[in-house]
Amino acid sequence: MRYLYYPGCSAEATGKAYDISTRALMGKLGVELVELDDWNCCGATSYFSVRELDSFAIAARNLAIAEKQGDEDLCVICNACYTTLAKTNRYMAESAEVREAVSGALGAVDRTYSGNKPVRHIMDVLVNDIGLEALGEKVTRRLTGLKVACYYGCQYSRPMGDFDDPEFPVTMDKFFQALGAEVITDFAGKAKCCGGMMMLTKEEGALRMCHELLKGAHDAGADVIVCACPLCEMNVEGYQPRVNKTFGTNFDMPVMYFTQLAGLAFGADPKQLAIDKQIVSCDRVVAAIPA
Amino acid sequence: MTELATTLEALAVHKQFCEDVLNMPGGEKIKICQQCGTCTGSCPTSYLMDWGPREIIAAFRAGMIDRVVKSNTIWLCTSCYSCTVRCPAGIKITDLMYELKRLAIKYDLAPKDGKAPAMTKYFIDSVHKHGRNHEVELMAKFMLTKDWGLPFKFAGTGLKLFTAGRLPLFAKNIRGRDELDKISAYLEAQEAKAQ
Repeated sequence: MRYLYYPGCSAEATGKAYDISTRALMGKLGVELVELDDWNCCGATSYFSVRELDSFAIAARNLAIAEKQGDEDLCVICNACYTTLAKTNRYMAESAEVREAVSGALGAVDRTYSGNKPVRHIMDVLVNDIGLEALGEKVTRRLTGLKVACYYGCQYSRPMGDFDDPEFPVTMDKFFQALGAEVITDFAGKAKCCGGMMMLTKEEGALRMCHELLKGAHDAGADVIVCACPLCEMNVEGYQPRVNKTFGTNFDMPVMYFTQLAGLAFGADPKQLAIDKQIVSCDRVVAAIPA
Repeated sequence: MTELATTLEALAVHKQFCEDVLNMPGGEKIKICQQCGTCTGSCPTSYLMDWGPREIIAAFRAGMIDRVVKSNTIWLCTSCYSCTVRCPAGIKITDLMYELKRLAIKYDLAPKDGKAPAMTKYFIDSVHKHGRNHEVELMAKFMLTKDWGLPFKFAGTGLKLFTAGRLPLFAKNIRGRDELDKISAYLEAQEAKAQ
């Protein structure tokens, strides 16, 4: 199995551990990831706020490179990158204006794009290409007894809903159940917003969202929150001290990229999965997994 | 802040603004909003807004463009898409918020001291400079111009992030970063041609 791989900008900085653990996890599963050559920022939500056609066109530069580089699907780890790239395909298919503008803009830099490169979220690849049964068979260290709150975030399945429900996604729950974990399937915050960039522009609003998420996971008895987006991870993990200070709470909740916890189940060691890069120590999570 | 609807020029801007919104992909659906309020009820930040998304749509349709662009609403949208997936009329409300932000910037109506418009601008500057968003540069620029207190509030976590290697000081530049400028220049020229 082979995929083209788009890490995204955060994977080079605050979300480094997501990239490192993704490569380790996929290595353990025998999936080859070929990094997209000279990829650029997808544009994320900020770019849409300046010029819409520009945002589709710069996202499409990546898709044009992918189409030229290989026949494999493009695997994306960050929710925001995934939505931006998949949305570009969708809007190119739906709107002649977008299609013409993007084609013209790519033409100006000697590139072409048909609009047909499949953009796949890594969880979609794991659950639907490899399959839960095959995954279950490959587990070397089952996550027995570990209570996991799966935090999908907004742009995992909204607005596209291509591989999971936009309101109540379940793929990550099923994935961790296949790995033997006890998943908090009714975690109310699973697809709620972490506040995103608002953490910097309107902190009180974003802190309140993170507080609700942490409280929901904590009250449900979660040992760990797992994330599929670098921004979610950063807010829910990195801002715990600010949440505690603002709301008089005492959260000390381990937060991991889902690839880090999954990597442990497939026999990678914590160092390979960059678990030491987490701010809230995950030692007790690692120790809780039966050898 | 420009007072619209006071001069003929402003009236032309007003008209163009309305056309721009209705011409965005799916924009014409704004006409069939039934004012049910599902968007506002679904929005995690509506409690902070001057006007919820439902009211923004009502104000827009009533031609109250000043109210729409001067509200804090458009800058509080976090792009969670809850409204978009729930709207019974199929209005792409998140896209509408993007369009309104864009037009507020285009017609110079965004709040001058706003943190969110500055963040948006710095993000795009970083992408055009390096081809990728350099998070550290973005945060540093934002702190220097918009939030001096941030390094102090965030010092403990910032230090931990730094020592864990999660805040690289130097940006990686992609080879084709001039392509992004060319893409923007092309689209700008096309837009100028169309008007």
